[in-house]
Amino acid sequence: MQRELKTLEDVTIRFAGDSGDGMQLTGSQFTNTVAALGADLSTLPDYPAEIRAPAGTTYGVSGFQIHFGSTEIHTPGDTCDVLVAMNPAALATNLKLLRDGGTLIVNEDAFTEKNLRLAGIHGNPLEDGTLSGYDVHRVAITTLTANVLQGMNLSSRFVDKTKNFFALGLMYWLYNRPIDQSVKFIEEKFGKKDSQVAEANLRVLRAGYNFGETTEIFTTRYDVKPAKLPPGTYRNIMGNVASALGLVAAAQKAGLPLFLGSYPITPASDILHELSGLKQFGVKTFQAEDEIAAICAAIGASYAGALGATSTSGPGLALKTEGLGLAVMLELPLVVIDVQRGGPSTGLPTKTEQADLLQAVHGRNSEAPLCVLAAATPADCFDTAYEAARIAVKYMTPVICLTDGYLGNGAEPWRIPRADELPEIPVRFATDPASFQPYARDEKTLARPWAKPGTPGLEHRIGGLEKDHITGNISYDPDNHDLMIKTRAEKIERIAEDIPLQTVEGEEHGDLVVVGWGSTYGAIKSAVESLRAQGRSVSHLHLRYLAPFPRNLGELLHGFTHILVPEINNGQLIQLLRSRYLLPVRGFNRIRGLPLRAEEIEETIELILRGSNG
Amino acid sequence: MAESTHPATPAEKLTIKDFQSDQDVRWCPGCGDYSILAQVQRVFPEFAHKKEDYVAVSGIGCSSRFPYYMDIYGLHGIHGRAPAIASGIKMANPQLDVWVATGDGDGLSIGGNHMIHTLRRNLNIKILLFNNQIYGLTKGQYSPTSVLGQVTRSTPVGVIDTPFVPVSLALGAGATLVARAMDRDPKHLQEVVRRAEQHHGSAFIEIYQNCNVFNDGAFLLFTEKETRDDHVVYLEHGKPLVFGKQKDRGIRLDGFTPKAVSFTDSGYSVNDLLVHNENDLTLAFILANMIHDPELPRAMGVFVSLDRPTYEEQMEDQIRRARSKKGQGDLQKLLEGDQTWTIA
Repeated sequence: MQRELKTLEDVTIRFAGDSGDGMQLTGSQFTNTVAALGADLSTLPDYPAEIRAPAGTTYGVSGFQIHFGSTEIHTPGDTCDVLVAMNPAALATNLKLLRDGGTLIVNEDAFTEKNLRLAGIHGNPLEDGTLSGYDVHRVAITTLTANVLQGMNLSSRFVDKTKNFFALGLMYWLYNRPIDQSVKFIEEKFGKKDSQVAEANLRVLRAGYNFGETTEIFTTRYDVKPAKLPPGTYRNIMGNVASALGLVAAAQKAGLPLFLGSYPITPASDILHELSGLKQFGVKTFQAEDEIAAICAAIGASYAGALGATSTSGPGLALKTEGLGLAVMLELPLVVIDVQRGGPSTGLPTKTEQADLLQAVHGRNSEAPLCVLAAATPADCFDTAYEAARIAVKYMTPVICLTDGYLGNGAEPWRIPRADELPEIPVRFATDPASFQPYARDEKTLARPWAKPGTPGLEHRIGGLEKDHITGNISYDPDNHDLMIKTRAEKIERIAEDIPLQTVEGEEHGDLVVVGWGSTYGAIKSAVESLRAQGRSVSHLHLRYLAPFPRNLGELLHGFTHILVPEINNGQLIQLLRSRYLLPVRGFNRIRGLPLRAEEIEETIELILRGSNG
Repeated sequence: MAESTHPATPAEKLTIKDFQSDQDVRWCPGCGDYSILAQVQRVFPEFAHKKEDYVAVSGIGCSSRFPYYMDIYGLHGIHGRAPAIASGIKMANPQLDVWVATGDGDGLSIGGNHMIHTLRRNLNIKILLFNNQIYGLTKGQYSPTSVLGQVTRSTPVGVIDTPFVPVSLALGAGATLVARAMDRDPKHLQEVVRRAEQHHGSAFIEIYQNCNVFNDGAFLLFTEKETRDDHVVYLEHGKPLVFGKQKDRGIRLDGFTPKAVSFTDSGYSVNDLLVHNENDLTLAFILANMIHDPELPRAMGVFVSLDRPTYEEQMEDQIRRARSKKGQGDLQKLLEGDQTWTIA
């Protein structure tokens, strides 16, 4: 049968099923294939904290959303065009995200009385007209999967577990993507261990693809052309992987061994996983007994001359507080990557949030200033981690790198940098006993010298007690303490002289500027671009440097009538901006464990511009 | 900066002076810490080490001022975390000779978790635990080794929590060298420090240390001339456990239970005694448990000395193996990953 092939500019697909259904794998496979064909993309894995919640329940639903297109893609999509629902619970929890008239593909086999009850649905939505506003395709995925595996002597449990590949194959067909990449993946992942498992998965994947081809359910196939991204070599990358690679690249450029002390915590553990597989780079990873030991070991490693780093999420950062204070006092380089998640306390471990900003900037006893950076997109995690390491080493200071669950697990195409073109990170260890004083500072940066144990003649003691400003010996002198407090603050402020001036997307003057930081970048950019296309006087200012702020920030902010700060917290950057610049700043704060939607930001801007919001 | 007046070269013989920093020692006059410091400073020069390879790490408490008084690299950290900081130093540079000075509060209370995990990993780190059974720096609260009933500022009618036996804890945690010594027996303390220095792996030394301000005389029974011979038995590898002023008493095993016997009236002789074996972990636990029987002398010396690969060696080995398998890491290839595409 000849079908129409319709070209789309962009499309958002959401895969949803039980957390045991392999939706994350399905989504990431689809993503890799889409990426390799050159589309721009953004993903949002959205899964529960429970590893295998009881099958069929709504709290066990795991989702993966991908937005890809031939234009620039900034967000994983406010709503989806296509929803693949593997069971009633997935339908119940995700239907609200499907746009009116959107395509719904359901595994009709899963719509049993029991599953409908587990999902809390009365009646059967496949039959009662609930879905009349959508383009519904009922596919007997479970049965079709079982049929294709007949005669292979596989358990029904196993058969059930492969059905995600049927859905994947079908989506490949529907969106005109080849299955090759996933074939290769299956062969590599299962082929060596168990050829029967590989064979079964391949059969199901192909069956899904062929189902689209042979049945007449779908009258149209879709195509998305490659995006016109800047020339270069690209790969698809997740934020946590980018953070890990940023640290490795920085350590290599600095000529330092990389040491990561870490304790498993969602959603940051992938940084530990990634780095623990890079031993050929001399990377040492240490899974410590707790968050405190993780940062303390990293501090010890830095003291011994390595680039010490630790990765964590909010609750872990809280435990590292005292260690951070020690690192501030010892003035040693240290990179802390905080993959923020919903809080407070245990909060929403698998969901995203931006509420550790004030903890990062202020969360230590006494005066303990340090440098805070934030990544804007998954790929930007690389540059941010790299920059954090550069500053940490140059200024002999801890640097906190804020990412979040959405950035850490989300993915996008990344134009791969040339390793030899990355900025240099010069490191100079003290070696001369005649001139060495542990706290004698560089005039420009105020950094103290870095003296590695093992260097003859530089034996010295440092510690958490206040130190004499030159010798580093314990000092209780009142004026020395005053001097040291102010010097530590001044050192961090001077970093502002060493970072790029803040830029603005759009004009530097106008009616309204949206100030963002971190993962809201894409949503804000989409909202602002949409309004600018309508001729509105709106600009976007996105901060990577949160402590210290770029030195021209105040001046820039004064160029606008209104300042709007959207954040996935209850108003934290606002506090920093207001107290620093004494400007009226208003917030847009939605703390749902999900990225902000471009649409709602756009609406808020419009309200302000219309003057109806005060 | 503390003056390094004696920058060591391998040819130059180091002396005690090389290890004394220019900082005034600020422990209370009469504190047992002075002796511990002096014994360490006496032992260190004996080793052919380069002085610059020594690092002392500590947490918080009286004992943790130790690094300031040693003219070596030193890091005075935060409460309880010295083993974790020391672990990072050792992993980053296995060439360094890393020592931790800690106390019963620092090492067993707030830092108990780091202590046990550091010991089980068998990093080649030496831990000196100054045990004075009291919190000194905070002025006299009870510690995890204070004895039942002990009256302190925070237990005016007596301690009700059962104390840790540090040696048992270290054995249970998997330390590969566990020993006990006393501030007032300097020769023996030196010997134990020497053993720790020579040991390949984590060493844990509990040192009975008198706090003459807040818990004076806690160990008098074991340190004073009149009583010590009858209340202390020294462990020596391959030798029977003999004690007493006249060397006329000993320890024999009754099943798994150690019993004190006298050669003069029990019919037992030295041939019936328990013979110490440092390589026997089961025996070490039995000897550590002697503390629970007031009839038994307190065991001093090396309880166990085991040979196990160190953590940092295995870490280096994994790196070597990864490099021989995958080659030295190529940064550009790493950045590119498995799958790339090009836009012209």
